[in-house]
Amino acid sequence: MELQQIFTIAYKELRDRLRNRWVLAVAVVFTALALVIVYFGGAQQGTVGLRSIEFTIASLVSLVIYLIPLIALLLGFDAVVGERERGSLDLLLALPVTRLEVLLGKYLGLAAALSLSTLGGFGLVAVLLATQIGPSGLEPFVGFMFSSVLLGLAFLSLAVMLSVLARDRARASGLAIALWFFFVLVFDLLLLGLLVVGGGESGSEWFPYLLMFNPADVFRILNIFSLDDVRSLYGLTSIVPTALAKPWLMALVMLGWIAAPLAVATWRFRP
Amino acid sequence: MKTSDPCRTDAGEAAITLRGVVKHYGAVHAVDGVDLDIRRGEVFGLIGHNGAGKSTLFKMMLGLVNPGAGEIRIQGVVVNGRNFRRVRRGIGYLPENIVLYDNLSGLETLRFMARLKGAPRAECEAALERVGLAHAAQRAVREYSKGMRQRLGFAQALLGRPQVLFLDEPTTGLDPEAIRAFYATLAQLKGEGVTIVLTSHILAELQERVDRLAILAGGRVQAVGSVQELREGMALPLRLEVHATDAGAAHVRNALAPLPVHGMRWLGTQLHARCSRESKMPVLAALMALGNSVLDLKVHEPSLEDVFFGFAD
Repeated sequence: MELQQIFTIAYKELRDRLRNRWVLAVAVVFTALALVIVYFGGAQQGTVGLRSIEFTIASLVSLVIYLIPLIALLLGFDAVVGERERGSLDLLLALPVTRLEVLLGKYLGLAAALSLSTLGGFGLVAVLLATQIGPSGLEPFVGFMFSSVLLGLAFLSLAVMLSVLARDRARASGLAIALWFFFVLVFDLLLLGLLVVGGGESGSEWFPYLLMFNPADVFRILNIFSLDDVRSLYGLTSIVPTALAKPWLMALVMLGWIAAPLAVATWRFRP
Repeated sequence: MKTSDPCRTDAGEAAITLRGVVKHYGAVHAVDGVDLDIRRGEVFGLIGHNGAGKSTLFKMMLGLVNPGAGEIRIQGVVVNGRNFRRVRRGIGYLPENIVLYDNLSGLETLRFMARLKGAPRAECEAALERVGLAHAAQRAVREYSKGMRQRLGFAQALLGRPQVLFLDEPTTGLDPEAIRAFYATLAQLKGEGVTIVLTSHILAELQERVDRLAILAGGRVQAVGSVQELREGMALPLRLEVHATDAGAAHVRNALAPLPVHGMRWLGTQLHARCSRESKMPVLAALMALGNSVLDLKVHEPSLEDVFFGFAD
């Protein structure tokens, strides 16, 4: 494997997204939404302005958990199938590059674009928050920012996998939406349903571990367990045992969610 | 010593060798046991109907598809083996209906390709110059016409000074002037010792430009050789075109009646017919004896198209 080949492809992917202002547009969306939540999140209670960093993060988690997976899936679903359908993939693969280099290059380029927009968008809000609560109080927010990046990278990895598996762009986009629907909306409902059907008795000790099979839940646990004040606001994550409530462990699980779909994609992306 | 099999050539002479190459997709035998040598520095045509196995064979030679069985070597190195990078640095590829990156300029496209190919950056400008696109170097590819894209595709194939060029329908979208310039460049490259493998559905275009060609049908090589060798091998008849005077048409008909002339078709006073190579001289002598009754006389060699249909069907 030659790193230069990977970086050449990654740089092209990133430059494409910078040039067509994708990175800027997504960063602006993140900034705008975060600012609205920071300053108007407490409007229902009759107050405006920053309430506390914990409640701000809790509100942002609820929003980001829908938004980032969707953006990541839309960003990556046609990474391979799009080039294959347009006909440019054969030309790329006839050059002195391996398929793994092409896959990693594309993933890293898109990952850099998504990470830049996430860090840029929320970073601006972090700067504004620092002027109100001081830099020392920002630690949970910085954790939130990096976990958001991990969430995006996990769903981007799933998108790239779909892009390799799907026969055409139409199928890939359909599968991407289905995947978003499953992980963001259906998965937790299924678990809750099982919990209710079982009366909360059978298998309750292993039940929390099922949350690891959803990167969106891993992201939620990663953020909620660093914020004691808001843990009580969440239902399902409150049953998570303390053995799992370690940020480094959740970060590792998230890395697994990044690596596993990429491994499947590599395996399927053979001549 | 020359080998008698036209598919094979002497060791060391071949730029590309295919031995027992097979590719099956389920019940479909796309390529079914191909043995072929393409000599260094020759322009080699690959022709066949759609579905004959041409594209699959092309993709296998490029390493895009792995053969189910057999082996392909370029410059002596196995295409998809350990040294695949060495193989690919030494080849250039122009796909049919080339698709490039619309948001990059012509120069950026070449720089991207050159970097992946390990070619010097300075070659990019030279390649654009060679295909007549220097003036459009900074323009986005989305603004290029079909012909300009094709020329840019050719330019990227030339990066890294490849020893072997694979050109799939290379003149698609080119105007007559650009086609002439393209083949002039190809002749220069041949002069520099580059091996060129090309496909085209425009057989008349290949006829004068290939040294040898292979006709594929049903995933197999049906024939290999120069156009002349294939013509002779098939013993295809020559085509006659006789233009007689109004009064002379009957004389022509009578003069040819005892001779082995077939497929006679009259269009007014113009006769189209076929005869074997052996009966050419007696036919010509009979027509010459008619003097002023014959206004014009043409004898055509069988075209590549005739040869192709003879083998492929």
